[in-house]
Amino acid sequence: MASGSVANQEGKVMLLGFWCSPFVKRVEWALKFKGVEYDYVEEDLTNKSTLLLTSNPIHKKVPVLIHNGNPIVESLVIIEYIDETWKQNPILPQDPYERAMARFWANFIEQKVTEPARDALLSQGEQQEKKVKEIKEAMEVVEGEAKAKLNDKTIFFGGENGVGYVDIVLGWTCNWMETVEEVGGFKVLDPESQPQFHKWMANFREVPFIKPTLGPKEKLVEYFRMVRQACLGLVANK
Amino acid sequence: MAGNGDGVTLLGYWASPYALRVKWALKIKEVQYEYMEEHLPDKSPMLLQYNPVHKKIPVLVHKGKPLAESLVIIEYIDEVWKHNPLLPQDPYHRAKARFWAKFADEKCVPAMFRAFSKVGEEQAQAAEELRENLKTLESALEGKQYFGGETIGFLDIAVGWIGCWARMNEEVAGVNMIDAEMIPLLSVWFQKFLELPIIKECLPPQDKLLEHTKEFHKMLMMATLT
Repeated sequence: MASGSVANQEGKVMLLGFWCSPFVKRVEWALKFKGVEYDYVEEDLTNKSTLLLTSNPIHKKVPVLIHNGNPIVESLVIIEYIDETWKQNPILPQDPYERAMARFWANFIEQKVTEPARDALLSQGEQQEKKVKEIKEAMEVVEGEAKAKLNDKTIFFGGENGVGYVDIVLGWTCNWMETVEEVGGFKVLDPESQPQFHKWMANFREVPFIKPTLGPKEKLVEYFRMVRQACLGLVANK
Repeated sequence: MAGNGDGVTLLGYWASPYALRVKWALKIKEVQYEYMEEHLPDKSPMLLQYNPVHKKIPVLVHKGKPLAESLVIIEYIDEVWKHNPLLPQDPYHRAKARFWAKFADEKCVPAMFRAFSKVGEEQAQAAEELRENLKTLESALEGKQYFGGETIGFLDIAVGWIGCWARMNEEVAGVNMIDAEMIPLLSVWFQKFLELPIIKECLPPQDKLLEHTKEFHKMLMMATLT
């Protein structure tokens, strides 16, 4: 990561983002959960700012958190940074074993749900079918975890502390998964075989600092449809 | 059940770089542990019980509780045994170390595997991608002796194995992976790191690893022909 040459006041927090990115949203949830003030900068991904390109020269992507002039990238890395820098309202558990399990599940979600969902959105035919199968299998595991960990009193994976790391990492599914399904033309969500997961989604959507951040689905569908068409168009032209 | 009382058990495989980096972490922290070899591809009932989600090694069992995923395990080790810290104290430097470990695992390692397992144009492209990504990784050294500074740390043990495996892979697959001219600083660091006694003594026997690599490559090549 390049050292930011941004003239930031000491302690100032800036988040470079994009309105429909679930990765950016996660970071916002972490900041809001902690009550950290930040300046939000909307990036035009078709015309990336100099600030974005110098802060994240390797991946050139959002989200980028800039704190004390230092850029931090990759949503999970950013969330751990936020948790370690601002000590109030811990996101990760305090106990080392519980922390490790939270990280384990975050990795599982990214590798087995998030990445295949993105791949399924941007593919078709056999390639897409393969990814959809992967997601369905992963959702069985997620449902299993939800059954094991959640009940009427403990409604989030963060346990007695309420929302935690795993909830924030999984949280994109409660708004974006339906969009990805609609645009991609497949189904992985099933209230009948995933009752605990659906309960969790419903509860997550209602969290006071989460609810206002969940934008209208129509806008998401429109944008993701455009991205899918552009991607498939490119593939066809190869 | 493994890990009686306060005990530490590591389920591993002799040729696995992921088990190796956990061994390095335990060694640096001077943690006594019991090592149990899995005879892959057969998986023991213990492994399946302790890592039902991925069914893979390494698995660390501490006080009867299992953990999987090598970098998750290494961070756990760093948090439980506090001397000889692996990750830096400062949150920004910790974030950088985690970023680079992720970069190596997601951008260097898959490219290395493709350069090893493919042929022709695909192989050439993968090898070029690997060399470029290693060049990018080199920038994280920032003129220091090791990624951890004066002594080795989290990022050194996260990526150091690549130096050993890449040299073996390029010999067997016949494609250049470590280009000393392109990555002079990283090449020197790979050499220094792998020569450190604490690191070297955990490495799998090199002749055995070479044989294993050759056999694996043969298998992959046969699969591409069918």
